Amino acid sequence: MGFDVLLKGNNMIRLLEGLWVALRISLISVSISIVLGIIVGMLMAMNRRVINAVTRIYLETVRIMPQMVLLFVVYFGATKALGINLSAETSALIVFSFWGTAEMADLVRGALISIPVIQYESSTALGFSKLQTYLYVIIPQIVKRMLPLSINLITRMIKTTSLVMMIGIVEVLKVGQQIIEANRKSSPNAAFGVFATILLLYFIACWPISCFSKYLEKKWEN
Amino acid sequence: MGEILTIKNLSKRYEELTVLDNISLSVNKGEVVVIVGPSGCGKSTFLRCLNGLEDIQDGTVALGGDIINPLKGNKSRSREKIGMVFQSYDLFPHKTILQNLTLAPIKVAKRKKDEVTKEALELLERVGLSSKKNSYPRQLSGGQKQRVAIVRALIMHPEVLLLDEITAALDPEMVREVLDVVLSLAKEGRTMLIVTHEMSFARAVADRMIFLDGGKIVEEGSAQEFFDAPQTDRLKKFLQTFSYDKD
Repeated sequence: MGFDVLLKGNNMIRLLEGLWVALRISLISVSISIVLGIIVGMLMAMNRRVINAVTRIYLETVRIMPQMVLLFVVYFGATKALGINLSAETSALIVFSFWGTAEMADLVRGALISIPVIQYESSTALGFSKLQTYLYVIIPQIVKRMLPLSINLITRMIKTTSLVMMIGIVEVLKVGQQIIEANRKSSPNAAFGVFATILLLYFIACWPISCFSKYLEKKWEN
Repeated sequence: MGEILTIKNLSKRYEELTVLDNISLSVNKGEVVVIVGPSGCGKSTFLRCLNGLEDIQDGTVALGGDIINPLKGNKSRSREKIGMVFQSYDLFPHKTILQNLTLAPIKVAKRKKDEVTKEALELLERVGLSSKKNSYPRQLSGGQKQRVAIVRALIMHPEVLLLDEITAALDPEMVREVLDVVLSLAKEGRTMLIVTHEMSFARAVADRMIFLDGGKIVEEGSAQEFFDAPQTDRLKKFLQTFSYDKD
């Protein structure tokens, strides 16, 4: 079945290192996206005309453009056109954060505007400051509403990092290809074993996140 | 029986539109003032100006001598002295009933948790909702939610309580249980300003009635004068809309 190649030499270690590259890119860009997404989402919820226009264009651009094109634009385009020398990993982080921020901001905006005005007003009437109102009343409600969709976004981002091999980053999928190439003669069936293993690795990476989300949803269901 | 709330020449405008026009009113400690008027007359806006939810363009609102609107500096501290209950259910959906009561005293007034919890349980007992302390707002009926909202305001020990059409969104059979709570508060000498459409309740609870129309106080007086011998045509007409004659 081709699983044997993984036991040769340090192939399995290399595959795990590749997985770490993919996960590192996802983790960093997810973190950036959450922070920036909250800020942009709050700006969007303010409902000012100029901000709305700019963020609208931003969001639509991100949604229309395939992530791979964005990767090429930043990695190959920016280097040539702007004369900036970006490493492949930096380019990947920029593209994934750019994408994640837009999607996260839209989730934050949606959750924020779904909170009735009366929640802010009754908090104010009870003497809460603006900060306390957000801290104790608004944010807990928003987080609850956003959870399922943001988990979905995070797992989508992790899966999509497999595209970064296209700009030369050696992540798990690329390592897999290298292993298959190197063992083409000795184990011609390696492709199945290697790719199946990669599938399993992605599953192991994403599944706990889904489980955690389910756990929180259950816990908050009250 | 000193004066507690003093409103002088209050005006509220949205650009061209004048919602409240030069209103002056003083409320004594322990007095219950009921404000009625046609919809859109500015009743709710008036209450909202009193605790600073709306800014005002002219005049002042003073609580026990301190000007609280317009206010410079630490706004939130003075707001806790004026409790408010709204028409729409405003409990915090992510907190239990008990937590709804204790959140503000602990976080805003910085009181001790045990002491606040004890008081919260006493208050829930008083409005007959002890058994709901660990429920969430969505598990309560509208009338129960409003009773919780009232005690959530009370636990902050407000000097004045503002009730803004608190039964308007309720099914008729739930109105009574909420208004009974308000009546008991009036009996124990709470200072309250109440906006309502329940005329028989107004008559029973009010020390003073105010008829607001077009952003102005058109008529005011004791409940008896107000309902039995209205002076102005506008009030007469308004009161007629509540009575039915078959002929």
